[in-house]
Amino acid sequence: MAEPFTVFTSRVVPLPAENVDTDQIVPARYLKVTDKEGLAEALFRDWRFEEDGSLKDPPFVLDRPEMATRRILLVGDNFGAGSSREHAPWALTAWGVRAILSTSYADIFRSNSLKNGVLPIVVDPATHARLFGLLDTEPDAELTIDLAEQGILLPDGSTIDFDIDPFAKAMILAGTDELGYLLTKEADLSAWEAAHPPRIDTLAGAR
Amino acid sequence: MTAQAPRTIVDKIWTDHVVTQDAGAPAVLAVDLHLVHEVTSPQAFTGLRQRGIGVRRPSQTVATADHSIPTTDRSLPFIDAMALAQVNQLEANCAEFGIPLHGIGDPGQGIVHVIGPQLGLTQPGMTIVCGDSHTSTHGAFGALAFGIGTSEVEMVLATQTLLQRDPKSYEVRVDGRLTPGVSAKDIILALIARIGIGGGTGHVFEYTGDAIRGLTMEQRMTVCNMSIEGGARAGLIAPDDATFEYLHGRTHAPTGPAWDTAVERWRRLPTDDGAAYDKSITIDADALEPMVTYGTNPGMGIPITSRVPSPADQADPSQRRALERALEYMDLTPGQEILGQKVDVVFVGSCTNGRISDLRLAASVLKDRHVADGVRLMVVPGSDEVKREAEAEGLAEIFKAAGAEWRESGCSMCIAMNGDQLRPGQYAVSTSNRNFEGRQGKGGRTFLASPLTAAASAIAGVVADPRRLPGIETLASVGGR
Repeated sequence: MAEPFTVFTSRVVPLPAENVDTDQIVPARYLKVTDKEGLAEALFRDWRFEEDGSLKDPPFVLDRPEMATRRILLVGDNFGAGSSREHAPWALTAWGVRAILSTSYADIFRSNSLKNGVLPIVVDPATHARLFGLLDTEPDAELTIDLAEQGILLPDGSTIDFDIDPFAKAMILAGTDELGYLLTKEADLSAWEAAHPPRIDTLAGAR
Repeated sequence: MTAQAPRTIVDKIWTDHVVTQDAGAPAVLAVDLHLVHEVTSPQAFTGLRQRGIGVRRPSQTVATADHSIPTTDRSLPFIDAMALAQVNQLEANCAEFGIPLHGIGDPGQGIVHVIGPQLGLTQPGMTIVCGDSHTSTHGAFGALAFGIGTSEVEMVLATQTLLQRDPKSYEVRVDGRLTPGVSAKDIILALIARIGIGGGTGHVFEYTGDAIRGLTMEQRMTVCNMSIEGGARAGLIAPDDATFEYLHGRTHAPTGPAWDTAVERWRRLPTDDGAAYDKSITIDADALEPMVTYGTNPGMGIPITSRVPSPADQADPSQRRALERALEYMDLTPGQEILGQKVDVVFVGSCTNGRISDLRLAASVLKDRHVADGVRLMVVPGSDEVKREAEAEGLAEIFKAAGAEWRESGCSMCIAMNGDQLRPGQYAVSTSNRNFEGRQGKGGRTFLASPLTAAASAIAGVVADPRRLPGIETLASVGGR
């Protein structure tokens, strides 16, 4: 499970494209792994690399030298559309991303990110435009993200509040996971199963 | 006794499956059926081992290998060592944890969303999950079915439950009747073109209306399959006699008195009169044309006789940039006709359109005709059973005589993990579900369309309107269950 989430400060990687799908975040040919290792190489692979493995020229935003230590992505609407592959947040985490800022996320991507300690923060369209505007004038602007207070501190001292599912917040702050929580519900699971016979038996007729 | 407030089918299924819910926490939702495949499960099984726990309900779990397997002759070895290792790991995991597996060589093998219904595992009123976004397919039976990530796969393996927030409801009413040459695929592509690929985020689609009622079960699966491309994690259709008729007699369907009890229960599932939806949209089936996508997401679709939109006409700057980028990738000109656009490859298959009725439609067009020079047509059945059926009906012979490649079942060029892929710059008309950049092969360009449009395009060598085929009225009525 991910490290507990603490307040952190970082410069921001701007990626204004809308509807970025998880096939772009991690192309399908990198899904043959049986562990979670090495996925930083696969992150945005086809936007970053030429066929021969060399970096694109000019490089994709992630590969600009000044971006290497940045932990926050500012992205366009509906980030993470398409495939349910959890390899997308695994790759983002492997690269170092800890928070994403957008107006909206695809449902499965948002859920997968929260389970990997990547914070998918939703801001309203005006704030979204303001943040891109800030990076236009101050590309090295630092943001401080405080999950406990649900706030983003801007360089001018102003704060943007954000909403987050209270349960997911508690899980991320504690660095615990949902399965750990579910496993505490054994009595409820057993009672429910006793009262609800399974509707199918996939083993019936199995050889 | 007080009358209960009218409820949607989703409300009913949801309420039936809430095991418990702490204040402020998501519901613990019971899962009736968990489908597993090779690509999104290895890390989940590893997680179980690390925690030292087993699979709670192997008898409510079923696995298949579909995504990364070759669709060439099954007697040939895997070329891709990583894909082979992944499939081997699935076999080992299923053996260790006691999960039934329809692997390569098993007559029940096939794309996970094709075999669930085929085996009668997919039933009305169930909750069904899989580490695959096209799990929405199973909603065609009036099940609440949705894709999950690998962390959630681990949770379901361990507890047969998931933590979920109550979804919002979105009625997609399709009135009227489809005209000849227009099919289920065109309904869903038209919906996504209207609402965009994020339009259904946070919602479950319920498809209603006469045009939906008039669809066969396999056509309903095509519609529900692409709910996720409209942003909805799930999409469903209330069960009716067509649902029960499809299910009756299938391997895992209830039998005898249990069947009657089940049907009685299933008949109570449809949304009550007067139940409110959070959102709704109406589509007129009579006005639909065959649809085709021109861009790099499934929402970039147009009626086939329309012209490619122009970035200059987009008021919103970010929409304009997105369209510019898509047209650059696709190498299409703003304002050009999509009809007549050159095609290199045609792909018929996938969990969207790889069922027997899809193959019948394609074969009805290809019979006594031949694929255009220079066009590669791949026909990939959705399951081993679909393959056997197509061979028994003589469809395979029609495909081969038309110059098509008749292959083994699997996801194939829909996701292009197994070597079945476009070369950079190639154009494909594909019956699959995603036209994202590189989806069908790095640099490949995809036009999503129906099996009829795909087959017509294979013959013409360019994007072609199936309504111009002679005898389309009879072709389009070629159907199935």
